Amino acid sequence: MTLAISGKDIARQLEERFPGSVVESRQDCVVVNAGSLQAVAAFVKDTPELKCDYLNYVTAVDYFQYFEVVYQCTSIKHNHSLVIRVRCHDRDNPVIPSVVGLWQGADFQEREIYDLVGIRFEGHPNMKRIFLWEGFDGYPLRKDYL
Amino acid sequence: MEVDRPGNYIYPDIELDRAEGQVIEELKSSSQQVIPDPAEWLDEELNKNILLTTVDAVINWGRRSSLWTAICFPACCAFEFIAANGPRFDLSRFGMEILRASPRQADLMITAGTLTWKMAPNVRRIYNQMAEPKWVIAMGACAISGGIFRSSYSVVPGYNRIIPVDVYVPGCPPRPEALIHGVRMLQRKIAMRTNISLERLKK
Repeated sequence: MTLAISGKDIARQLEERFPGSVVESRQDCVVVNAGSLQAVAAFVKDTPELKCDYLNYVTAVDYFQYFEVVYQCTSIKHNHSLVIRVRCHDRDNPVIPSVVGLWQGADFQEREIYDLVGIRFEGHPNMKRIFLWEGFDGYPLRKDYL
Repeated sequence: MEVDRPGNYIYPDIELDRAEGQVIEELKSSSQQVIPDPAEWLDEELNKNILLTTVDAVINWGRRSSLWTAICFPACCAFEFIAANGPRFDLSRFGMEILRASPRQADLMITAGTLTWKMAPNVRRIYNQMAEPKWVIAMGACAISGGIFRSSYSVVPGYNRIIPVDVYVPGCPPRPEALIHGVRMLQRKIAMRTNISLERLKK
């Protein structure tokens, strides 16, 4: 079975490499700040011991106080997986850097998040709605959408 | 042996001939007028009318006996339709086993599944591409009213917002038997159709 890497172990490595990048670390995940997301993702993907070259999914959660974007990535070679989270406190204009440059599979999923939750991904090559039509009012998966 | 005399016959020969002549004369005198045609009371329009009704019946029989279905299966009711089309329920008994990928060759649309507003223009386009005469069966709760997704922001609450529907088949999803019943209902509806109007012919 795929081994889930402890978020605390990863957080220790990240703190050495990118000081100030970790916001919070738990057993099941590591929360990083949005500014260092791309660096952290590249580190997780390219380091030989981690080599998380497969992105399982990108999704977003609305916690009212902030949005959280969740990335789960897996290493095919080492058979382990890791969950990275990014928080976004700006509710009116939430922006998070895109990871399409690293994992192409994030393309449609980031568009889906933009469509339904309204988080814009900076650096995405084609940031537009995917399921709903242009002109749809609001973002339906936000908790305050009625 | 004695030969009978002529007077012993019931009628003498000449009497027989006279009686025959009388019958002929009576018939001749009573047959001076032409016997009228028994169907003469049918005037010309009524005559046409009966003929046209027959043509209607033949046209309707031809149409309802080979309904070709356009493929428009947005969701899970499609599997019930596939089951109905398969060997177990065998929709081909009613002359409609053929599914057409091109709407231009179809005259029936079975709307099997939930329709989202994003998909709605395409469904209407498929409907518009179908040649007249065309019919629509709304299959399942989603097609009738939106079903459990009715209050959703992205679901069309019933196909009849987009296209005119002839027959509604309830169920979530409907059993293949229910769909076949709906098809039979549609066939009865087609049988009642008037194809040629007398008013137009009179002009």
